[in-house]
Amino acid sequence: MALLQISEPGMSAAPHQHRLAVGIDLGTTNSLVATVRSGMSTVLQDDHGHSLLPSVVRYMPNGDVIVGHEAQAQQSADPVNTIVSVKRFMGRSLNDITDKAHIPYRFVDGKDAEATRTLQIQTRAGLKTPVEISAEILKTLKARAEKSLGGELVGAVITVPAYFDDAQRQATKDAARIAGINVLRLLNEPTAAAVAYGLDNAAEGTFVIYDLGGGTFDVSILRLSKGVFEVLATNGDSTLGGDDFDHRIYCWVLDKVRESNSDFTPLSEEDTRLLLTKARQAKEWLTDNFEAQIVCRLSNNTLIDIALTAPQLVEITQHLVTKTLTPTRKAMRDANLSIEAIDGVVLVGGATRMPHLRHAVQDYFKQEPLTNLDPDKVVALGAAIQANILAGNKNDDDLLLLDVTPLSLGLETMGGLVEKVIHRNSTLPIARAQEFTTYKDGQTAMSIHVVQGERELVSDCRSLARFELRGIPPMAAGATRIRVTFTVDADGLLSVSAREQSTGIASHIAVKPSYGLSEDEITTMLKASFNNAEIDKTARMLAEARVSAGAIISSVTVALNVDGNLISDAEKHLIESGIQRLQLLTATEDATAIHNAVDALNHVTEAFAAERMNASVSRALSGKNLEDIEL
Amino acid sequence: MQNAQTNYFQLFGFPEQFQIDTQSLELNFRKIQSASHPDRFVSATADKRLQSMQMATTANEAYSTLKNPATRAKYLLELQGINAIADTNTAMPMDFLMQQMEWREQLEDAKAAKNIPALEQLLTELQVESKSIQADLANLFDAKRDYSSATDTARKLIFIDKVCADIHQAIEQLE
Repeated sequence: MALLQISEPGMSAAPHQHRLAVGIDLGTTNSLVATVRSGMSTVLQDDHGHSLLPSVVRYMPNGDVIVGHEAQAQQSADPVNTIVSVKRFMGRSLNDITDKAHIPYRFVDGKDAEATRTLQIQTRAGLKTPVEISAEILKTLKARAEKSLGGELVGAVITVPAYFDDAQRQATKDAARIAGINVLRLLNEPTAAAVAYGLDNAAEGTFVIYDLGGGTFDVSILRLSKGVFEVLATNGDSTLGGDDFDHRIYCWVLDKVRESNSDFTPLSEEDTRLLLTKARQAKEWLTDNFEAQIVCRLSNNTLIDIALTAPQLVEITQHLVTKTLTPTRKAMRDANLSIEAIDGVVLVGGATRMPHLRHAVQDYFKQEPLTNLDPDKVVALGAAIQANILAGNKNDDDLLLLDVTPLSLGLETMGGLVEKVIHRNSTLPIARAQEFTTYKDGQTAMSIHVVQGERELVSDCRSLARFELRGIPPMAAGATRIRVTFTVDADGLLSVSAREQSTGIASHIAVKPSYGLSEDEITTMLKASFNNAEIDKTARMLAEARVSAGAIISSVTVALNVDGNLISDAEKHLIESGIQRLQLLTATEDATAIHNAVDALNHVTEAFAAERMNASVSRALSGKNLEDIEL
Repeated sequence: MQNAQTNYFQLFGFPEQFQIDTQSLELNFRKIQSASHPDRFVSATADKRLQSMQMATTANEAYSTLKNPATRAKYLLELQGINAIADTNTAMPMDFLMQQMEWREQLEDAKAAKNIPALEQLLTELQVESKSIQADLANLFDAKRDYSSATDTARKLIFIDKVCADIHQAIEQLE
């Protein structure tokens, strides 16, 4: 059963030797690398004493690639070749990116087959995928770690947002491979933060990790008990982060400028990047100050000079703060907990420094959030602790992380419906099998379509992969049983296998990103599933009616061809007109009429079915007799 | 990958009965995971890693099955060769059928009226009913070993579980 995606061990054989392992927080805005030295988790610094590496990659005219502060300093001068927040594009196709107008890159849709249609960015160094760009950041961190630790790394734990889907996780793992890093484990960011916090404070009880990063929001609820970190529920929004606050300020500034200058022209790529940078600086300034002055000169010589006050910032961004509370409530409900049951709320991510965000969290949980660890570093520190254990440096079995899958997984069934196989918030690793059957007599192949999401219709979920199971022995519709097994490993990565029960014909795939989400998909998949449950229900009823109509038309048609001689022409005519009527109705949207016509066709074929049964029983009996004689 | 050979009760060191000590269940779950989780075998041979994966998966499945009283009852019946939710197993006493319809109606009404407190009220009501059915099940399974009556009663619990899930979903929709 080759179900597992197993990474190369790459471990040195020598016992007792300290194995160099690091935790990497590959962030939207900043990335960090940390390790455990003399029993302490520490963030590693670069030669200039910087802990944070800005997640900015610039492709230089001379062919060099620079990453970090230097690249960040040049982003306004060379926006097209300087990629920031690349994490937002991981595992995404061009269709998934809605605010292209505000992103100064030249996007190109992947031209390959559906399976690899991730977006690419045109730079002076050629077309680059987000995976390659992320790999540059990882290479820089790896080099920093190896220089600082004085040896080759055996591996790394790389953190991902808990709400990352399969495609995004796979893309992260691919980036590590390109950077030459052996991935010991993909670890969810809030879980990593919980490890750092829990060990530091010897915490026991139920904790909420509220993690608002540069581009993603996660909320996880964990129970900490005697070194076991059990995630009870997780939720989030993989397209909501600190960047959105910057963008909001940027739009506000533009509106103000247009008020006083009616012939204001659209911004160039350089000016967009410049103003976004000024917006971010103003946001950060307002954490400790009442007023920020946004001053910059655009390339057309227009001078922008606007004051933004703290109350104004609250006013224009409060809706973003509120947006984080919906996933928070869902996670609380999935964990089946009341506010009173929460022993502590840990804030993670630079964006949680904003005072109005802290107040909102405090109001919701009715307690002051815990901020005694640096919200920028806590994820990397936790990842380093886990890396140290996984590399085998620590022998006591005190620490164990039990994480969950953030989104439900399912299969497409007839009529475009989703049959859920693994529900969100199931503890990993998990394997679930589901049996499916053929729809037509003699069907020999079956297409399996794997989707991720909470909605009832396939078209509303994210498509992960398709594969075909061939060589099914031809049998009557419904007689074949196909067992499809979904496995989600400890990295949160999915693999799927299928097996026909009577013959054992097997098919296996490792799930690779299938094709892109329409913009909202991952962000609004959950939300939409609640808003549209009524629409879903109607659509589901119609789809089910059509499936049962298709099934009966197909089986009765086959029966007429084979055994039509068993009944009179009048009966035959009655059945044929019933089929015709049902075929016409199937094209309409009226589920009830279709159901009624199915019932009517069932009714007129009753006598025919009885005749067929009798005929087949006598055929079977005579067959048996024949065998008996031969014996 | 339900491992057919593994008896979930035996895995957790429990007797095959409806009443279980949830604290021991949690404790034993953590013990089993501590010993078998793939994180403990990152540098082991492929063979060992596969075994660890299978064991941890079975433990997760067993834990979630035994933790929920409805799935626990269903599993106990499966061990007796009874499928509580088989199509042929649909008989329900008339009074429970009436009660079912009433709950369904209340759910639909509250949904239509976008009345979250009413949904939460209904949830509380169902949880009280669930507790009483669980007490009946403990008696039928553990004292009387009357699996036929237990099947009927377990179906009630499974039904209530389903309505509760629908109420949770309705509340999410309304928020």
